Amino acid sequence: MPVLKALLRRKLVLLGLFIILVFVIVAVFAPWIAPYAPDVQFDDGLDDIGAPLGPNAKFWLGTDTLGRDFLSRLIFGSRATLIVAIVANTFAVAIGVLIGVTAGYVRGPLGNLMMRFTDLMTAFPALLLAILLAALIGPSLSIVMVVIAMVNWVQVARVTYTETISLAERDFITAERSLGAGTARILFKHMLPHVVPTVIVYGTLGIATTSLTEATLSFLGIGVQPPIASWGNMANEGQTYFDSAPWLVFFPSVCIAFLALSFNLVGDALRDILDPTLRGRH
Amino acid sequence: MTGYLLRRLAHVLLVLIGVSVITFLILHAPGRDPARQVAGHTASPEQVEQVRHELGLDRPLIEQYWRYATKLAQGDLGRSYVQRSQVSELIMARLPATALLMLGAIFCELLIGLPSGAIAAFRRNRPSDQGVMLGALLFVSTPQFLVAYILLYVFGFKLQWLPTTPGVSFLTLILPALSLGLIGGGWYARMMRSSIIEVLRQDYVRTARAKGLRRARIVLLHVVPNGLLPIIAMIGLDIGYFMSGIVVVESVFGWPGIGQLALQAIQQIDIPIIMGVTLVAACAIVLGNLLADLVAPLIDPRIKLK
Repeated sequence: MPVLKALLRRKLVLLGLFIILVFVIVAVFAPWIAPYAPDVQFDDGLDDIGAPLGPNAKFWLGTDTLGRDFLSRLIFGSRATLIVAIVANTFAVAIGVLIGVTAGYVRGPLGNLMMRFTDLMTAFPALLLAILLAALIGPSLSIVMVVIAMVNWVQVARVTYTETISLAERDFITAERSLGAGTARILFKHMLPHVVPTVIVYGTLGIATTSLTEATLSFLGIGVQPPIASWGNMANEGQTYFDSAPWLVFFPSVCIAFLALSFNLVGDALRDILDPTLRGRH
Repeated sequence: MTGYLLRRLAHVLLVLIGVSVITFLILHAPGRDPARQVAGHTASPEQVEQVRHELGLDRPLIEQYWRYATKLAQGDLGRSYVQRSQVSELIMARLPATALLMLGAIFCELLIGLPSGAIAAFRRNRPSDQGVMLGALLFVSTPQFLVAYILLYVFGFKLQWLPTTPGVSFLTLILPALSLGLIGGGWYARMMRSSIIEVLRQDYVRTARAKGLRRARIVLLHVVPNGLLPIIAMIGLDIGYFMSGIVVVESVFGWPGIGQLALQAIQQIDIPIIMGVTLVAACAIVLGNLLADLVAPLIDPRIKLK
């Protein structure tokens, strides 16, 4: 695996992979790691005037606006955040590849129509569209994933489209076709393997984008809905006490930033390694 | 050139029609009843029917869209369901604030991104390059609201250098513009670095070096201008990114622009305002792209308009 070797030689990539690993472990083992359940409202979780507590011996990161243990919510919040980011991005990449490769291979009026639609989507203010869909359909975990996928597939489609077009004109495809291979065989056996590097790069970089989109939607109150904790909606709830308890906004937001940074570090490195046109430029 | 421009403008028009159709279809999807919303929860079924008839919601969808589109062609975006005033007036009242914020943000991101990207390129693979690039990646990975809140906390609450109250003035502009500019600056630093590295590989730079020009002269006369120009054309492509950031930043700082108008309208499902803001935003995005394409050949004569 030369790619893996080249990847692991970079220190920042190791750091990124380490952070991702930590987040995944935390998400998977949340019930065992978290000191308390995420939705328990403690009687001693708020101070005399009903404001959240600061970090102390019982609640290591303090409590949130409803007197719940903030650390536990942060730990459980990793689940929704990671699931939404990964699932939404998988859908986005799948839609993008499907549209890009089909349009690039079929060309003609159908291919043209697909790419015009893709162009149209780039003119859509993505976040507005996401907010709109989420608000209309009624936000829920699955809807948030669908919405994010629907606004994030465009770039993948454009890249795979260009790749497929140049591939389709290569001799080995012509040879294969003259040997009598059908469209399905050419697409699956010859085209798709060539877009695998793109899929890997966007499968990684895209998670950074989707996690930021989720965070933004949840922060605006139209993403993952309480009582399910996600880092975005925790930051949203924390806003009310921003001047007295700024950590309620900062801790979850910093987690999101680290998650996105890690996937960007790994994705950037993958792109450097996998894209031959970039070789020697970095 | 005129032919190209006409074709591109026709394309812009088509895109806007497409955007309006899609938004219209999303907003008029079955299962929701705008008439009930406008009439209020206490209204009798007859009153709801009356409102439905007045708004033309009892007509076929195609007819409704046609009516909307013909009015749109005359610059009429309809009336808000909730605020009852003209959507175009509501948008026009808030557009200057958003435009000001965008200008401030573009200024900040260029001011931050271009020099740091250039420095990184000239010090390629040295610690300062790696530091700048890691910093740029960090900003690119940071949620917009975190940057906004950190700035608000440090400069607004702790140091109290800048006002935290909503309003439009030079002082209140600084923090929102900087929040957008820091993240955008991260992108520009990355692009500027690649662009300068690309220029440094060009033959004319080697020639300049070979004929004995001093390094400062090569950098200032050949490398920086040539590296800078393609980046400037990218500003036009930025508008889409800004539209997302603006909704968040306007909400954190209480900046009275169209981002806030949109967010409020979406929460109240005020269809005419949502349509209006989406169209204005799409308009800005396609015109920005067009501008970028028109500027490109002026900057680099090798690019020809087709």
